[in-house]
Amino acid sequence: MSLQTTLLLIPLLPLGGAILAGFFRNQIGRVGSHTVTILGVGLSFALSAWLLLQQINGTLDTVNITVYTWMVADGIRFQIGFLIDHLTTMMMCVVSFVSLMVHIYTIGYMRDDPGYQRFFSYIALFTFSMLMLVMSNNFLQLFFGWEAVGLVSYLLIGFWFNRESAIKAGLKAFLVNRVGDFGFLLGIAAVLLTFGTLDYAEVFAQANSAIGQTISIPGGMEWNMLTFICVCLFIGAMGKSAQAPLHVWLPDSMEGPTPISALIHAATMVTAGIFMVARMSPLFELSEAALSFVMLIGAVTALSMGLIGIVQNDVKRVIAYSTLSQLGYMTVALGVSAYSAAIFHLMTHAFFKALLFLAAGSVIIALHHEQDMRYMGGLRKYMPITWLTAWIGTLALIGFPFFAGFYSKDAIIEAVAGSHRWGSEFAYFAVVAGVLVTAIYSFRLLYLTFHGKERFEVVHDAGDHPPSGQLAHAPKESPWVVTVPLILLAIPSIVIGWMTIEPVLFGGWLDDSIFVLEKNDVLAELGEHFHSATAMAMHAVYTLPFWLMVSGFAIATIIYMFRPPIADAIQNRFPFLHRLLDHKYYFDEFYQKVFAQGSVKLGQNLWNKADAGFIDNGIVNGSARLVEWFAARIRRWQTGFLYDYAFAMIIGLIGILAVWVTMVPGR
Amino acid sequence: MLTLAHFLTLGAILFSLSVAGIFINRKNIIILLMCIELMLLAVNMNFIAFSRFLGNLDGQIFVFFILTVAAAEAGIGLAILVVLFRNRKTINVAELDDLKG
Repeated sequence: MSLQTTLLLIPLLPLGGAILAGFFRNQIGRVGSHTVTILGVGLSFALSAWLLLQQINGTLDTVNITVYTWMVADGIRFQIGFLIDHLTTMMMCVVSFVSLMVHIYTIGYMRDDPGYQRFFSYIALFTFSMLMLVMSNNFLQLFFGWEAVGLVSYLLIGFWFNRESAIKAGLKAFLVNRVGDFGFLLGIAAVLLTFGTLDYAEVFAQANSAIGQTISIPGGMEWNMLTFICVCLFIGAMGKSAQAPLHVWLPDSMEGPTPISALIHAATMVTAGIFMVARMSPLFELSEAALSFVMLIGAVTALSMGLIGIVQNDVKRVIAYSTLSQLGYMTVALGVSAYSAAIFHLMTHAFFKALLFLAAGSVIIALHHEQDMRYMGGLRKYMPITWLTAWIGTLALIGFPFFAGFYSKDAIIEAVAGSHRWGSEFAYFAVVAGVLVTAIYSFRLLYLTFHGKERFEVVHDAGDHPPSGQLAHAPKESPWVVTVPLILLAIPSIVIGWMTIEPVLFGGWLDDSIFVLEKNDVLAELGEHFHSATAMAMHAVYTLPFWLMVSGFAIATIIYMFRPPIADAIQNRFPFLHRLLDHKYYFDEFYQKVFAQGSVKLGQNLWNKADAGFIDNGIVNGSARLVEWFAARIRRWQTGFLYDYAFAMIIGLIGILAVWVTMVPGR
Repeated sequence: MLTLAHFLTLGAILFSLSVAGIFINRKNIIILLMCIELMLLAVNMNFIAFSRFLGNLDGQIFVFFILTVAAAEAGIGLAILVVLFRNRKTINVAELDDLKG
């Protein structure tokens, strides 16, 4: 099997699965649909892993091939091609592995859902789109994948399409992403304008030639061309990776089924923006201003979204805000030129956040789709595997030494500390404070869900859809299709950081894809102090983040395990703060008021004034009225009396005679 | 001595009288017809005057044609008038405004 066939098969196998499961869902049935999609995604994971293995052994160099030229217009080639380097294979493995786990998990989660085949079709389609996105070697295909994952995300958020809130959440995600995508498209257009090509390799090779070029933007300002490109591209990333202020769609996307929250809205799709910026590092490196912008946006997101997580009661929403916060960490890492650290955190986060979401999903199944943590508690003894894996996920998330998240998050914090970029002091404060916040909301989630008193009661005749706080029978551990993915994700959540930190961050594993200017290279400085993964974890107890994490743990334990009234007391003591967080800083209200109602009002004005008023009433009816007015005057002449017509004739005759007498020459 | 001017003046006076008759008369359609006849006669007067003073008989021949047409016109006009009277029971000009827009 040639390399090109392998590369083609990796995205096309899930696509084939999606087509079979989608269009032939009645012919192949439920078992058939999950078999074909799992086979497709499983094979594509196997092939990706095989490529990775070849790269580790050093038998596979960077591959950059074009498989199909769609069209050539004015010297610009629109192509489909693959760029396979270490960054790509890493992303491919993460995407296909998490996707595979989610496919298996879905068998259990969606067991009773009438849209079973449709769901499998969508997630396989998502895998295809995401693989196309990460494997792309040009901007066009990147954009294709970018939009395709957005489409699938929309379809899956609104998966339960007879639920009003789900439809609205889907629409919101789509619209907010559109704002980002507009920036992204502008960025791509600017790339085309500056470099005349869409191919990564050609663009990066010419990147230096764009230094000093400027572009005038509306408002009469001259911007550095590269800064403009990078900021526009990053606005796309802000939409897709849900960075403030375009983050509002992600918490609402939790309306979709939980496997989707795990796969699309935590592990893979939302990291597309991070991946894209890392891929574009040769461009971003040349614009100090754009990187500062990236860093500050990330820092704001990392801290502010974590704080919201503390006051949420919906178990999935807490994890969603945690995702936002962690995406903020990755963005900060991008902003300080520690692209490898961002990608590293992306990878570890994909495993432990997918794990946390799937664990939350497992709890939700056990409680018959109850998501409110106020009606949980004490689930530890009913579902031990979920409990244990959720603990592992949480420890990884808060960055407990030796767990995956510790290495990636600590690397980011150290990188920010070592950066001299404008605003990095603020970013450092945000990421360090974020550690405390992360620990508080993570343990709050764990305690409210698995520990403490049971806040639900078993009422045997409660029926299938009991009110909140009641269950028809005692919760029980989920079936093996749910727990096996949990266990399989728990393993990398523990070890992946310890295993891979050395090659990924300090061993130059990503050097073939990521370009860092020497003066910006904070990771190289860190590398000088790095001895081994174990030593790094041992050293953690001497660092500030570790103790912040421990104090977060202590605060959460005291409040949510031993003295629950404290939480209410704090809430009553600072009502303003609580209200601010509970309303998510009023972002939704603001957008609703300004953009949603603003555009409704604008539309109404255009309709009433411009369309009904000016066009209908002015131009269309107006011309008719003008004719009517004119005719009304003219018709007075038409009296119907003989002598008036005769008079007109005489006047006309006299007029013509007068003209003839005075004008005609030679008379 | 009668000159051309005298005849032309008479013609003009007759023509003006007939025009005035058409405008001033708001009652009787028969008077309208008579005014039109008078108008033709005024024109005839001009023709004959020019014919006599220029020594050219063409004008007098023209007058015969005009008289013929005038007679035919009067006949047709009166016939229409009779039919009109049968239909409308009036020949009052002020009531004949069917062409009014």
